[in-house]
Amino acid sequence: MATITAQTGTERINYLNVRTTVASWLLTLDHKRIGILYLLGITLFFFLGSLAAAAIRLELATPKGDLMTSDTYNKMFTIHGVLMIFFFLIPSIPASFGNFVLPMMIGARDVAFPRLNLLSWYFYMIGGVLATIALLKGGIDTGWTFYTPYSSAFAKGEVSLAIVGVFLVGFSSIFTGINFLVTIHKMRAPGMTWFRLPLFVWAMYATSLIQVLGTPVVAITLLLVAVERTFGIGIFDPNRGGDPILFQHLFWFYSHPAVYIMILPGMGVISEVIATFSRRRVFGYHFVAFSSLAIAIIGFLVWGHHMFSTGQSIYAGIVFSFLTFLVAIPSAIKTFNWMATIWKGRVHWEAPMIYALGFLGLFVIGGLTGLHLASLATNVHLTDTYFVVAHFHYVMVGGAIMAYMAALHYWWPKMTGRMYPQSWAKLAALMVFVGFNLTFFPQFILGYMGMPRRYHSYPEEWWALNLLSSAGASILGLGYLLPAIYLVWSLKYGRIAEKNPWGARGLEWEVVDTLPHPHNFERTPIVTRPAYDYAHPEEPTAIFPAPRPAYVGGGGKDG
Amino acid sequence: MAAHSHEEHTHAQRVSFYAKTLWVLMVLLVVTVWAGFLKLPDWLGIAVALTIAVTKATIVIMNFMHVRFSSKLAWLFAGAGFFWLIIMFAFAFADYASRHWEPVQGW
Ligand SMILES: [Cu+2]
Repeated sequence: MATITAQTGTERINYLNVRTTVASWLLTLDHKRIGILYLLGITLFFFLGSLAAAAIRLELATPKGDLMTSDTYNKMFTIHGVLMIFFFLIPSIPASFGNFVLPMMIGARDVAFPRLNLLSWYFYMIGGVLATIALLKGGIDTGWTFYTPYSSAFAKGEVSLAIVGVFLVGFSSIFTGINFLVTIHKMRAPGMTWFRLPLFVWAMYATSLIQVLGTPVVAITLLLVAVERTFGIGIFDPNRGGDPILFQHLFWFYSHPAVYIMILPGMGVISEVIATFSRRRVFGYHFVAFSSLAIAIIGFLVWGHHMFSTGQSIYAGIVFSFLTFLVAIPSAIKTFNWMATIWKGRVHWEAPMIYALGFLGLFVIGGLTGLHLASLATNVHLTDTYFVVAHFHYVMVGGAIMAYMAALHYWWPKMTGRMYPQSWAKLAALMVFVGFNLTFFPQFILGYMGMPRRYHSYPEEWWALNLLSSAGASILGLGYLLPAIYLVWSLKYGRIAEKNPWGARGLEWEVVDTLPHPHNFERTPIVTRPAYDYAHPEEPTAIFPAPRPAYVGGGGKDG
Repeated sequence: MAAHSHEEHTHAQRVSFYAKTLWVLMVLLVVTVWAGFLKLPDWLGIAVALTIAVTKATIVIMNFMHVRFSSKLAWLFAGAGFFWLIIMFAFAFADYASRHWEPVQGW
């Protein structure tokens, strides 16, 4: 970490310079430092997962399987899926930016359980190391879904070790969820009512509900696979009286809502960024807030759409198909409300806003193609084709990672005290948008034409589209590499950031210092205005009444 | 601070309370094993085992996990966990129950 000297020359105490030893980082209970630790961890796993993606696209640049054997290819897409889903996307926004800004946003000094917060990071890192060891030591080739009976009865390699890694990271996710739920319920500053909360907090609340209610199911389900492999009990293996489709029920009970663990925090970020750079309160605040909860709840009722063609009853399929269509409603509510916010706003075209606009474009395509997959008839044609691959990459990369990049560029000045070069950042955003579409749009067409996923070779007819996809992936890769360079550069050479460089509303910008104080607020703020009060620029969001003698040194009522 | 004084308040009854809870759970454990050796018909065996399991879970949640002494909000969250469990069972069993309904030959 760069040491930052305030412009006055006298260094103020902040969360970075208060202590600088390695131990002070590894044993920290400060939610901001834990957020940074998570940021470093997820960046590492994003990089490893990207290398696997590069290998996949390199293999698919030619029709023949000439770069690697089919076995190696299977291991590559498993590495890519496991690392990107469990070790990057799930913790990406909640554990890094959620940890960093959520307590500040609600006027709290920290999360409710700081020790649990640190423990969650250790669970995450240990889980990540175990999974990486499993993936490197011979690797696993089950795909990130660990489908039975292949994973439980046939797959060789370190399946059980990888499962233990995913199990641990699952608990780190549960810890984060519990922490945020309690923090949001119990630690809001005086005057911070539910409907004054920034929409990012509403989104994190909905996300935390999913983490707490869903993650235990996948953790135990995967553990049952490991138990079946080790002790041979019959839960999923039909030869021993088990049912492999039961695994799919239990796995997708979590793993469909897990998509919302990835996208809901992103939607929260988009609400913040669009409000800030449109200088306008988010249109339909209440609708956007409640649509987060609606997505979290309805999201638990749709998992069977992953099982239309795997032996599930057709009647269950009809119900799951119908319920899946319902999820489109709250997602559309959000999208239309963001559009309406921009429509009447004074838009400032800074880098985070470019990323947010990219999110809007890509998420809409990702969401709408989900409806093709939710329809029973088209699903039969599209199941396990590249159409599915394109669809979920539009949601997870085009949606979640775009939002993650928006968050990174939006809160970077608050985290590091430095500005990054705007024009480079805008160029990177544009490269990601173009590269992304070049990579994944051809895959919709390939999937529609019938190209199956998870094969390392394909007929000559599909060469052109695959080559286009691989070429796009290299632009996309450069688009992600560029921020890594200029953001690291900015740590040392970037312009010193002001306290509120974007002119945003909200406690983390208006009250908290450029580099936050270790306790965020030296005195508890009293919130007097709703979130995004751009219509009243003269009114501060929070006030600090002069302390009366009775309060000085008193026990305080915060908490 | 407030939480601390609350804990002190309940400290006197604490040890015996937890000890009693533990004993009840141990007795139920013995009953579980005993019931396992009875030659009950399948459906009855499952019903008995699940009844005992639910009783044990309830005791753990209420006493060890303090839901009994907690606010309405904690009850709501504990209840939500069970409601979600019902969702999981209901939809999964809906699949199993309706798999044989297929009216068209060869589906
Ligand atoms: Cu799904």
